[in-house]
Amino acid sequence: MISVNQLLGVSLVYVAFLFAIAFFAERASMRGKGSWLRSPTVYTLSLSIYCTAWTFYGAVGYAARSGMEFVTIYLGPSLVMIGWWWVLRKLVRIGRAQRATSVADLISARYGKSNLLAIVVTVMAVIGVTPYIALQLQSVTLSLSIFSETGQPDSLSQQTAAFWVAGGLVVFTVLFGTRNLNANERHDGVVIAIAVEAVVKLVALLAVGIFVVWGIAGGIGPMMERIDNSSIGEWSMDRSRWAALTMLSAAAFLALPRMFQVMVVENEDERHLQIASWAFPLYLMLMSLFVVPIAVVGLDILPAGSNPDLFVLTVPLAEGQGGLATLSFLGGFSSATSMVIVATLALSTMVSNHVVMPVWLSRQAEGAQVSGDVRNVVILARRASILMIIFFGYIYYRLSGGGAALAAIGLISFVGVAQFLPAMLGGIFWRGATRWGALAGLLVGFAVWVFCSLLPSFGPDAILSTAVFEQGIGGLRWLRPQALFGIEGIDPTVHAMVWSLSLNVAVFVGVSLVTFPTPLERLQGAQFVNVFDHSTQARGWDAALATSEDLMIMAQRILGPADALSLFRAEAQRQGLTGHLPEPTQGFLQTLERELAGSVGSATAHAMISQLVGGTSVSVEDLMAVADESAQILEYSNRLEAKSAELSRTARQLREANQKLTALSVQKDAFLGQISHELRTPMTSIRSFSEILRDTDKLDQADKTKYASIIHGETIRLTRLLDDLLDLSVLENGQVSLNLEQGNLNDVIAQAVLSAGGARSTQLRINHVRSDLDVPLSTDLDRLRQVFINLITNAQKYCNAPEPSLTVDILQHGGGLQVVFHDNGTLIPPEARALIFEKFSRINDKDGSGAGLGLAICREIMARLGGDITYEPRADGNAFIVHLPGQAALAAQ
Amino acid sequence: MSDQTPSATLFLEKRSYRRRRLMDALRLLPIVGVLLWMLPVFWPSGGDHPADPTPVAMSSAVTYVFVVWILLILAAAVLWWFIGERDRADEGS
Repeated sequence: MISVNQLLGVSLVYVAFLFAIAFFAERASMRGKGSWLRSPTVYTLSLSIYCTAWTFYGAVGYAARSGMEFVTIYLGPSLVMIGWWWVLRKLVRIGRAQRATSVADLISARYGKSNLLAIVVTVMAVIGVTPYIALQLQSVTLSLSIFSETGQPDSLSQQTAAFWVAGGLVVFTVLFGTRNLNANERHDGVVIAIAVEAVVKLVALLAVGIFVVWGIAGGIGPMMERIDNSSIGEWSMDRSRWAALTMLSAAAFLALPRMFQVMVVENEDERHLQIASWAFPLYLMLMSLFVVPIAVVGLDILPAGSNPDLFVLTVPLAEGQGGLATLSFLGGFSSATSMVIVATLALSTMVSNHVVMPVWLSRQAEGAQVSGDVRNVVILARRASILMIIFFGYIYYRLSGGGAALAAIGLISFVGVAQFLPAMLGGIFWRGATRWGALAGLLVGFAVWVFCSLLPSFGPDAILSTAVFEQGIGGLRWLRPQALFGIEGIDPTVHAMVWSLSLNVAVFVGVSLVTFPTPLERLQGAQFVNVFDHSTQARGWDAALATSEDLMIMAQRILGPADALSLFRAEAQRQGLTGHLPEPTQGFLQTLERELAGSVGSATAHAMISQLVGGTSVSVEDLMAVADESAQILEYSNRLEAKSAELSRTARQLREANQKLTALSVQKDAFLGQISHELRTPMTSIRSFSEILRDTDKLDQADKTKYASIIHGETIRLTRLLDDLLDLSVLENGQVSLNLEQGNLNDVIAQAVLSAGGARSTQLRINHVRSDLDVPLSTDLDRLRQVFINLITNAQKYCNAPEPSLTVDILQHGGGLQVVFHDNGTLIPPEARALIFEKFSRINDKDGSGAGLGLAICREIMARLGGDITYEPRADGNAFIVHLPGQAALAAQ
Repeated sequence: MSDQTPSATLFLEKRSYRRRRLMDALRLLPIVGVLLWMLPVFWPSGGDHPADPTPVAMSSAVTYVFVVWILLILAAAVLWWFIGERDRADEGS
């Protein structure tokens, strides 16, 4: 009989052997001779970490208790593998395209690189996998206790054994998994070791099976008879469990962190997946082939009450096959260790990438550029995580008492990790899935799992009191952990799975439908869902500000000095540069980010490079901001354009006004000269003639009268000029008071013609049409007459036609009246037209008798009367139109 | 579910056509597997009702599940081999 010490010795030799294989595999891989390490066979065998100690020992126990139900745990994964084209193909492609390092990384990357989501997934994964780790401790401890019972009864208490096994697993995992930090998060050594372990456990189980069928039962036929005659000889099946567990195991196969590690992260070539699609189901089939025979024979030959979970060991021992039992022990040991190693590696990667590193980076005030080796921090974080995770498993083992059937514990874990599936599958098939939907679905599913599956697993009164089991939380009967919503009689595992997953999916879809994804989420969603259309990275860096040296320093700390140097040198060579610092092109930054992502996760790598590259990182959010900005700039420039158009309009107006002002000023100057001349001419004659009158004694009366008349005439002219100026200034200041009278327009015109003709007789023929029309009006008739007189005298003065004529006409226009004074003289030149109504403006003033105030006065008068006066050039002469307002005409009607 | 893009030709030469149908078979395989493996749900099982037909013997159940398993594995392997063979032939030509 083998003693425990012998067994420990064998185990240590076995571990040393595995370690040596891993060591040489990594050596070979580093020397570039590791292509055989990445063969489809190794890939398929590495998938076998799905088969843990639970499978190895538990399946037989499961079969002994529940018949064929154990096989559902293998049917699910077989279906997933055979249907690789549907889900796995896409998952592996996305995982490779996005350089996902874990389930948490994948989910966080899909939902806009949300670190919150990564943390939630990480915490859930650690909690979900803890029972599984405990399960491995329990199996190894149990299997050791078998040997101690048969050998030295009291040499090893189970608690101490579990502790030492846990400690051994920590050392083993740390040695295997964190010796160095690989750039792509692949572990060649570990993969080859678990491939060897996969062979060992398969061989062990097949050996025991063959021994049982041919050695004990005596062939296939007798074995079948034995099966039918045993206590599990009839098909007895909880139907809901058969379907639900098949589905559950398929879900867990996709969502388990360790499966993601070997299936996606360690995948070298997508074609390996195609081979594994039939080879892995074959492995699973072989693993379960002899389960029922071993269980039946165990039930047959071993005393009642033996633990069926250990039949794989106890049957050979009972038959005196020590060597076979040792092999079988090594098989179970392999199952447990390989699972713990990969699971804790996967989890520690998640913990260090998504929890420790972000916290560490954010606490480093200076960001990614501080001195110190990030590699050390990462490795330390991983080792601490490994310790923590295995410690949790140990605590769970202690708390749950280590008494539960292995299969039950495994199923609790399965339901826990299956909660990732909606967010994962939703993320890769449905572009509408949002971060908040995923988060809400995960949290709800997880909460239901904790309440319905995890807490009850410690047994009544351990964490949940018996009252809660029977009466629900706070006496609410619909909140009982094994009968949610009052539906009783469902198998607890099926109950937990159905409620947690369906609520998870419902909340995930519901919240996704009502929330709106961020731009980065939408981009990542498109990249995930349409991964086969474009398997490229869409985001990029604008490297203008990132200096190669900074990048080099950072890369050295994560990849290690040698690797970083060779990476940079290769890139520099590719760019055709000498030395080891390449230009930080966008392509290089992307490569670097991917390399870093392999070590510290994509979110952290992105954050680190963005710290160095600073604000120049071109994320989608930045692009959106840029787009917003350019929209603003466009709008601003539109506004500027409008403003500048307005300004140029104003400028044109100003220019016109200025031209007018300049012309006016010129006119004024001319007029001032004119007016001083006007004033001086009469003044000179007045002075001369008054001097003659004063100084000449011998003047006769006729001369005296003549000279006095001249002086009188000149003063009258001066007075008229001054009157005009005064009149204008009064009108302009608005000090004029209007004297409203009733009258007839034609009378006013006739009077004006008369007084104009009376004042100065010319040859101008005035044609007053419609003079017999009775046009009553109410206005200041004197002022209106003044306007008409002015216009008639202007025509008398300036009309230069051989036969000058003036037509005066009255027109009804709108509500008011128009009086048109139309002469047949030369047209006023266009440049002068704008100025004719201005003061001191004189056109063609040949005799210099006018002061240039007439039309200005007319305009002022008409403005006072509420009308206007305008000029129109006509084909045959000039037309001045006096507009009389409506009320002036209407008031009299 | 189809790989066809809008720009793909409507009719294919015989070999491409055959390859597509092989892919169809590959996609159908897990569905066939689910149907076959879910059949035991409808089997009479012991102890439900005394009047029930006699339950299926465990040896038959084991044989059924494993035969389905082996057939699925064989089908998957054969499909993989044929599709891979065609790929290799395509590369060679």
